[in-house]
Amino acid sequence: MSARAYNFAYLDEQTKRMIRRAILKAIAIPGYQVPFASREMPMPYGWGTGGVQVTAAIIGPNDVLKVIDQGADDTTNAVSIRAFFAKTADVATTTDTAEATVIQTRHRFPETPLTSDQVLVYQVPIPEPLRFLEPRETETRTMHALAEYGVMHVKLYEDIARHGHIATTYAYPARVADRYIMDPSPIPKFDNPKLDNCPALQLFGAGREKRIYAVPPYTRVVSLDFEDHPFERTKFDAACEFCGSTESFLDEVVIDDKGGRMFVCSDTDYCQKRQAKSQGASEERRP
Amino acid sequence: MNLPLLSARGLSKRFGAIAACRDISFDLYEGEALAIVGESGSGKSTLLSLIAGALQPEAGEVMYRMRDGAPRPLASLSEAERRGLARTDWGFVHQDAARGLRMNVSAGGNIGERLMAVGGRHYGNIRAAAEEWLVRVEIAASRIDDPPTTYSGGMRQRLQIARNLVTRPRLVFMDEPTGGLDVSVQARLLDLLRGLIADMGLAVVLVTHDLAVARLLSHRMLVMKQGEVIESGLTDRVLDDPQAPYTQLLVSSVLAA
Repeated sequence: MSARAYNFAYLDEQTKRMIRRAILKAIAIPGYQVPFASREMPMPYGWGTGGVQVTAAIIGPNDVLKVIDQGADDTTNAVSIRAFFAKTADVATTTDTAEATVIQTRHRFPETPLTSDQVLVYQVPIPEPLRFLEPRETETRTMHALAEYGVMHVKLYEDIARHGHIATTYAYPARVADRYIMDPSPIPKFDNPKLDNCPALQLFGAGREKRIYAVPPYTRVVSLDFEDHPFERTKFDAACEFCGSTESFLDEVVIDDKGGRMFVCSDTDYCQKRQAKSQGASEERRP
Repeated sequence: MNLPLLSARGLSKRFGAIAACRDISFDLYEGEALAIVGESGSGKSTLLSLIAGALQPEAGEVMYRMRDGAPRPLASLSEAERRGLARTDWGFVHQDAARGLRMNVSAGGNIGERLMAVGGRHYGNIRAAAEEWLVRVEIAASRIDDPPTTYSGGMRQRLQIARNLVTRPRLVFMDEPTGGLDVSVQARLLDLLRGLIADMGLAVVLVTHDLAVARLLSHRMLVMKQGEVIESGLTDRVLDDPQAPYTQLLVSSVLAA
């Protein structure tokens, strides 16, 4: 089938305009969840229908798209979404973080720092950070409107009471621009500090829950904590087995049935670049 | 300060053809416990909802003296102010503790929630306050990390009271606080409540159908029947010398122990 069978980037122009209006409103009110008329996409909920719609609404013919899933460029979800836009929008795709202009992500923020020319699109399963404690939508909206965020700390309190420290390691709640509390999607809390004052525009799309929210460039994002239990970034005792990085977020991989484990970078592009660099350096040394 | 803490004037509320409350007026002063008694369907709970701001009256108004000393009509408060009041200056003890507690959150978290809602951000202080309040309501401090689902009915009710009193409110609404508890547990709970009301100088609006509870806890009482207050006065006077025929019936229907 040729790309002609679809409108540019799959969605029709009216839908894209509707999504862009929601995105503009989201940027105007950092951290506020804007409802939008989420469409059925040719993929199941939970596979990034929200992120795909946001990407479809903002992507242009000259954009270069990168898609990552848990930091990797080569997983099913990432490969399929890249192929989807290569087919329907005929855009160039890449796995190189620095080369991309639009990066759609699931569960990670790339290790390579982003620039002001880039847009990061998050796939969000549950956008409402208060949902854990308050099941009623009418009530959570009122709580956001009145900035009644005391219950968010109840969750952190429970963590410390049970585990002795804040045990929430992903989807760690953060306050955006000193106003709204946001669920940064299930990224590890290791990535939370990267959201703060980030030069790139960050957009969050939740397809099933029909919400879009945003963190504009250079916006303050503060992770919630207690005075006597401050926010701490996850630390690893190991270095990446492939590239030796001690700065990046590591995945623990089980390698045999005798308890063998190895730690590797979750960001494949970052890891491969570092490997290529050290290989290049050792080749230069050889002659 | 001689102004009443809360004063209701001409409160009325209908549900369709049924007049749940008709032209009810009363004053409540600081440190005073007022019981609203009557049989089921007499409009007690509707009246409680009206003065707690959960329902809007069709006629009449409720004035509340804010912490700055100025009386303001409840209806004129913004939603943010009303919710702020309910979180700090008021307490609400439900008959069913599950409605007033977060059942999947530990006792410490339940008590600490109000402190965190008003800006408490120091874990150690919040936990210390929670421990102090657990002991005050006669729950072992070692149970601080257990969720209320593991508590008995009487303990849940006491936990609910601690959760409400931790911000030192001035006014507490109680809807059948001892309902559904067995007699000995009731007696302990009443004893505890009496002590707390006296120690903290709380104003209490107590809704109950149990005249013994009203006699133990309240200073004054309103007797309601079919949405109207048919008798009011000092609790001991009303119970020992009931004037209205309905009150006489109510008092005489209680089994003497």
